Amino acid sequence: MDAAARKLWIMNAAALAAVSAALLLAVGTGMVSPYIQDVLISSLINIIMAVSLNLVCGLLGYLALGHAAFMGVGAYAAALVSIHWKVPLSFPLALLMGGVAAAVAGAAIGVPALRLKGDYLAIITLGFGEIVRIIMNNMPILGGARSLRGIPRVTTIPAAYAVVVVCVALMFTLGRSRHGRAILSIREDEVAAASCGIPATYYKILAFTLAAFFAGIAGGLYAHNMGVLNPNRFNFDRSIEYLVMVVLGGMGSITGAVIAAVVLTALPEILRPLSDYRMLIYSLALILMMLFRPDGLLGTAEFSLAGIAGRFRRGRGDGG
Amino acid sequence: MVDTLLEVNDLGIQFGGLAALERVAFGMEPGEIVGLIGPNGAGKTTVFNLITGIYPPTSGWISLDGKRLAGMGTRRIFQQGVARTFQNIRLFKKMSALDNARVAAHNQMTYNPLTGALRLPGYWREEADVTKRAMAMLEIFGLSEYARETASSLPYGRQRRLEIARALMSGPKLLLLDEPAAGMNPTETQSLMSTIRDVRDRFGVAILLIEHDMRLVMGICERLVVLDYGQVIARGAPGEIRRDERVVKAYLGGSAV
Amino acid sequence: MNTLLTQIINGLHVGSVYALIALGYTMVYGIVKLINFAHGDVIMVGAYAALTLLTSAALPFWAAALLAILFCAALGVTVERVAYKPLRSAPRISSLITTIGVSFFLQNSVQMLFSPTPRPFPIRINVPTLVVGNLKVSGLTFVTILVAVALMAALEMFVRRARMGKAMRAVSEDLQAAQLMGVNINTTISMTFAIGAALAAVGAILYSTAYPSVSPTMGAMPGLKAFIAAVLGGIGIMPGAMLGGFIMGVAESLTKGYISTQLSDAVVFGILIVVLLVKPSGILGRHVSEKV
Repeated sequence: MDAAARKLWIMNAAALAAVSAALLLAVGTGMVSPYIQDVLISSLINIIMAVSLNLVCGLLGYLALGHAAFMGVGAYAAALVSIHWKVPLSFPLALLMGGVAAAVAGAAIGVPALRLKGDYLAIITLGFGEIVRIIMNNMPILGGARSLRGIPRVTTIPAAYAVVVVCVALMFTLGRSRHGRAILSIREDEVAAASCGIPATYYKILAFTLAAFFAGIAGGLYAHNMGVLNPNRFNFDRSIEYLVMVVLGGMGSITGAVIAAVVLTALPEILRPLSDYRMLIYSLALILMMLFRPDGLLGTAEFSLAGIAGRFRRGRGDGG
Repeated sequence: MVDTLLEVNDLGIQFGGLAALERVAFGMEPGEIVGLIGPNGAGKTTVFNLITGIYPPTSGWISLDGKRLAGMGTRRIFQQGVARTFQNIRLFKKMSALDNARVAAHNQMTYNPLTGALRLPGYWREEADVTKRAMAMLEIFGLSEYARETASSLPYGRQRRLEIARALMSGPKLLLLDEPAAGMNPTETQSLMSTIRDVRDRFGVAILLIEHDMRLVMGICERLVVLDYGQVIARGAPGEIRRDERVVKAYLGGSAV
Repeated sequence: MNTLLTQIINGLHVGSVYALIALGYTMVYGIVKLINFAHGDVIMVGAYAALTLLTSAALPFWAAALLAILFCAALGVTVERVAYKPLRSAPRISSLITTIGVSFFLQNSVQMLFSPTPRPFPIRINVPTLVVGNLKVSGLTFVTILVAVALMAALEMFVRRARMGKAMRAVSEDLQAAQLMGVNINTTISMTFAIGAALAAVGAILYSTAYPSVSPTMGAMPGLKAFIAAVLGGIGIMPGAMLGGFIMGVAESLTKGYISTQLSDAVVFGILIVVLLVKPSGILGRHVSEKV
């Protein structure tokens, strides 16, 4: 790590610590109303969803339309662990099991699906997502369409926050390792990647499985926040919401996904009167973004304190 | 006699019933620079695509160091020590020059995803090593000051150089260059020629290159293989090829070289 | 035996609607290599247009149907011009995301205008039931299959004989070459979207007479199934869309009749997955390899 990188790292770590302290203090001292706390938890969960979808859409460059289904698998798996295994530390265990279950589903879907490319892959992930939802609706143990109840509501803000920080940090560091570079190289040029010795299939499945894993953890948080689960919450619309977050943030940018996730979760709440128009606005945002700023608000760049000055100097020139 | 590095024997491939290559045969010694020339559409790039396993040959075989490459995929052939560049530059455009080079060293690192994500010592050790080597490689190609720039932001000539640097990162025995001087001005071509010679001397790598720039071909190639309509019509030293009537007729079309 | 035959005939009924919608997917894909996710929502818009014209404007059935078809054709062209044309040279993922955006935009605009509650579709055609032995076929089923087959035959004729049809085939073979030969690319592509949307509107009206409930999300499922039908038959190939549509309809009808209504959608997606994995180019498709 050279000096500049170290300075950047310290600045970002300091900023993160400051945000964390402010957030935990505000929640701890009861300055935040339960309503805002709810929005905060939703934002945190959505951050994991958006950043994990970014692994597939941004890093790997494949359009996946069934991300909510993995969240659903994780949510149900985690809920079942909590309901049926009364052991100490059952919450972290439940989250982990949620992640593992979703990862298994992700690998099971990814292995066959990733033989396809582009449009076909998008469609097949959509198809798989819908099948997962229909199966969940028809499984008695999950309560089916009548919902699964009695999940302990143990997702607190500090807990969710800690999980988000760990998950996002892991995805960030992974993206900047030889594995992340391999995934990126596949996005950039699969033929060239193969002639650089990159095992493309392995990395496609890895990206897909990891994305599902983190979505499963987010699902676990969601389950323990709501206390009740219904399969229809994990439908195509939801997958699209996450896609919107990734697209708005800029495909490939983790910070972009984080910001977009927070904004898109908070905005409809702030603009309550406009909440009926939410999906309308989302859809317009998708179209306009693709037409006028297809790289997203941040492009593939990462937002950081040290980076702001640089961006101002360079202006918008590096957008493409 | 030195052991043959590359042996191409009776190589043929058909696309939709049409023979793109027929009975192509040639060999290369270790550390040799050989030019693969011929008119457009003669099948030169197809030879590269067959050597690197992008297409399987319809007939014949290719061996490297006595080992048959047939049936191996692109990636395994790369692991045997064959690296290449592409006619239409295939860099990882949105990645930095340094990362382009580091991707090619992927298989020289062994740390697993968890080690990478948790930044365990194995990550730091291997990354530091590969980064050092990648920077050294960029230095050879005069690219070290652009290490952090995205590949697509580099001018054309530097992109070509970066692609060669990337190919060399794996320490190949055989380097395939597909029109390395295309789009370069005479000055750039001159410096590319000395770089290619330098690379051969420094790394002891054999280089097979496709090129239309005759000054480059005649200047650095020790032997030439001439392809026309998918068949080898001549083989030999540049001086002989220059005087070969079939070559002059088929390829040079009378224009003096 | 009779129930089986009835199920198959029901399957052909809904299958012919899928086939009509699938033609739109296939034609657009054939010409611009784009999966138009919003195509299913054109069905919904068509149904609402027909509904409004029948109830609020109290038009006779034929007039309402005709206007709804024209409206959808215009909508198809507008969407193509506004949202897809600017992205013709952009990465595939961008245009794909745009079609998803358009799909959601149409659904939500209609939801704003008409409320999300489903509305009944007033059926105004009375056709007598056909009785063959002890097998009863509803007149509606008969008419639907007839209309669909007639339209498909007409379209096939159009593409083979008409000037515009030939232009379409030329563009789908090789856009640049067609342009050099003097084909007006923009008009041809617009025309393709218009025809596709018009066929979807016909499908919408036929669909609404069979399932007389109109809602903003009604297009999603038939749209998806028609898309699967197009992939099944071989996307970009018109007879493939018809074949795929009929197979899908029959498969769905048989699952509903013999296995479970709830699982019929899962079976439909299962078919898609099997097809994509076994033969991604579809039943009538040919394999195309990538040039390096």
